[in-house]
Amino acid sequence: MDTDTADHQNTSQSIHMFRRGIAVGFPIMLGYLPIALAYGVLAKQAGMSVTELTLMSVMVFAGASQFMGANMIALGAGAVEIVVATFVLNFRHFVMSLSFVNYLRRFGLKWKIPLSMGLTDETFAVSALHTTEAKKEKGSYFYLALILTAYIAWIAGSFLGGVLGDVIPEQLSQSMGIALYAMFIGLLIPSVKKQWRVGLVAIIAMLINLLCSQFMSEGWAIVCGTVLGGLSGVFLLKGEEQ
Amino acid sequence: MIIAIIIGMALVTMIPRIIPAFIVDKLQFRDWVNRWLAAIPYAALGALIFPGILSVIPEQPLIGLLGGAAAVLLAYLGLNVILVVIGAILTVFLLTM
Repeated sequence: MDTDTADHQNTSQSIHMFRRGIAVGFPIMLGYLPIALAYGVLAKQAGMSVTELTLMSVMVFAGASQFMGANMIALGAGAVEIVVATFVLNFRHFVMSLSFVNYLRRFGLKWKIPLSMGLTDETFAVSALHTTEAKKEKGSYFYLALILTAYIAWIAGSFLGGVLGDVIPEQLSQSMGIALYAMFIGLLIPSVKKQWRVGLVAIIAMLINLLCSQFMSEGWAIVCGTVLGGLSGVFLLKGEEQ
Repeated sequence: MIIAIIIGMALVTMIPRIIPAFIVDKLQFRDWVNRWLAAIPYAALGALIFPGILSVIPEQPLIGLLGGAAAVLLAYLGLNVILVVIGAILTVFLLTM
């Protein structure tokens, strides 16, 4: 009897966490859909089949590098070139993943592996600003749902883009290019309001990124901005909120 | 051929993402490293926003900036992220009309 109630509470807590994850992941879905559609259209024009371009979304799940990959395929670039460029562009996820799993220490590997595999700029940014769930009972379901929401939107959007072709008027799809940036801003500002030095860390990272992007690839410039900008946080965010 | 490219891209994307999951349990970070990792999300957001936002409309960097300014304003007013996103899309849409 006692174990029954405990089981029941456990299940409902899992469901509760899962639902919260979907709700918090919803803005990512909104940001991903138009961009995934655009990717699908572009990849199709680049000469990839719908199966191939959808498979790329399933297996790679990294927006910018998929656009780049499709572009390079269209230009007839070699496989090694494309793979190396992808590595350079996506290496930033190593830094993000390190920051992310540091919060998830108490989850087992069976959670940390799939969750880290689903890490993108967007799922990381949203997860990293919701760290209290990591301490809660069944918190892993929160992150799982958040990532799945984004992942499904990305795959579905790519597929639709590939099937439907250029359905969205160009002006609208162009305007939607601002969506993810707006989401990043929408995530950052509340933290800045709580603690203004957070804004300073972000601005330092922006400037380092701008400086580095003058003489290195976009991928490494973002890595430098993130790593060095984050380092300024060691001094700026001292003692507050751990 | 394209399948080989996809598999290669998947591997070089997945491996850096997944390595921290294996090594984090073996490491005990000093206090400053934990603070550094805690600051990473804010730095990452900064680096992801700028200068990338300038290329929303490649020939007109100002439009991206104005869309961003609209997002800052809406977020500052305490609006939900979804409304911030919609507001920024609308701003860019109207500016490109």
